[in-house]
Amino acid sequence: MIDFAHRHSAHCESGATANLLAHHGMPLSEAMAFGIGAGLFFGHFPMVKVAGLPLTTFRNFVGGIFSRVTKRLGVRMSQRRFRSEDKGMAALDEVLGQGIPVGLQAGVYWLPYFPPALRHHFNAHNLVVYGKQDGEYLVSDPNLDVAMSISAQDLVRARFAKGPLAPKGRMYWVRSAPANVDLRGPAVQGLVEVARRMTFLPVPLIGTRGMRFLARRMRCWPEWYGQRGAARHMAQLIRMQEEIGTGGAGFRFIFAAFLQETAGLLAEPRLTELSASFTAAGDAWRDLALMGARLCKGRAGQGESYVAAADLLEGLAGREDRLFREIRAMAPQLQAKAR
Amino acid sequence: MRKKDVPQDAGTLGPWHQVRYAVADDGSYELVPSAGWDVVDTANAEAWADIRERAESALERVRKGELSPLAFHMVVRLMDDSILAGYAGLARWRVRRHLKPKVFAKLPQRILIKYAQALGLSPEELCRVPERVAPLPGEKDRA
Repeated sequence: MIDFAHRHSAHCESGATANLLAHHGMPLSEAMAFGIGAGLFFGHFPMVKVAGLPLTTFRNFVGGIFSRVTKRLGVRMSQRRFRSEDKGMAALDEVLGQGIPVGLQAGVYWLPYFPPALRHHFNAHNLVVYGKQDGEYLVSDPNLDVAMSISAQDLVRARFAKGPLAPKGRMYWVRSAPANVDLRGPAVQGLVEVARRMTFLPVPLIGTRGMRFLARRMRCWPEWYGQRGAARHMAQLIRMQEEIGTGGAGFRFIFAAFLQETAGLLAEPRLTELSASFTAAGDAWRDLALMGARLCKGRAGQGESYVAAADLLEGLAGREDRLFREIRAMAPQLQAKAR
Repeated sequence: MRKKDVPQDAGTLGPWHQVRYAVADDGSYELVPSAGWDVVDTANAEAWADIRERAESALERVRKGELSPLAFHMVVRLMDDSILAGYAGLARWRVRRHLKPKVFAKLPQRILIKYAQALGLSPEELCRVPERVAPLPGEKDRA
């Protein structure tokens, strides 16, 4: 069995990444992994349906954090996908046999230890397997308080779950990590990448433009879908935003923690102020979820409506737009400091 | 979010916690376990109510002979035709066709077994529907 330190994390992929690297002697906080991996994202895609409702995503593509962090830190890693379940499990056993913990992409629906209410067909979950004992695999799931074990049969199902974002047995592991790394350069790279992505891309569905786009649509929800349909859309948004660490507010807070850590690394007090601004933005996202939940229940207070919620979201888009643009303007100065 | 504002509403998560990043009194970020948040529970309850509604309507339509039992089992496993097609290893158009009672009734055992395995049922269970929709995993006590 591999001596693997389980750390409970807010987000599965940044948690799995940080824990895998920590195992290879690179002490990295989850927030740092999230920031360097440019995990923050926003996209609203009405044409992509999840359970019949539009997809809103607050995170990047699955696998993106791990691959960006390892690339930026000069870590050698491996990654494989499989067509055959048997080959996928044999490869897992082989890497475990070498004493290396393995990150896996998994479908949440088949993880028996997961809270039943949250077991949907969501296939972009990440966890770490670090050994085999009495025929069960030892699992460090970053979203859970403690490490778990899972039968081979359940693990096969989770690894080869079908449907959107099917993991196809994807596994990834660290081959070797450099002894001393300077986090400053990679942190600035991640920071600037997120700022660019959120404000620069000329696509109206993503970044702060995407937030405005969602706000415009939210205004019309009751008219388009009726009370019940609007409540469903709102519930879907809240779940994507807040469930199990993935989410709008949660991600703002992780991002703020990353900014705080980077401010210390670079001795740049302005980043500490920006960190506080993102904390405030995260709080506003939570206000939005709170208002949304009351709208779902039909218990809206005074001044609460879909229009008011949309106004709040639009205000947030404006606020985050200014913050990310400021980061972009600071980029040359930060890059110089990181050298 | 300040440390003291991290929600501690037990509910959906059961015995588990979520880790939240929150600000301590000195302004530094800390990791704080949260037992859950009522707001998320509300949104979740809405999603499960939606699934129940769809399951009940599917059950009724199976009874009336408008849909095959497959349609009901698919909904209670939170699947749609494309997800089920993936698990059963069949093309999506075939799954859609098999939702018709007449087509379903003539399916060979070989195909029934594929569906049964995909849904975690025996082939006999696959061809039946229950009296009522059993409590769904995410529903709180409906007593």
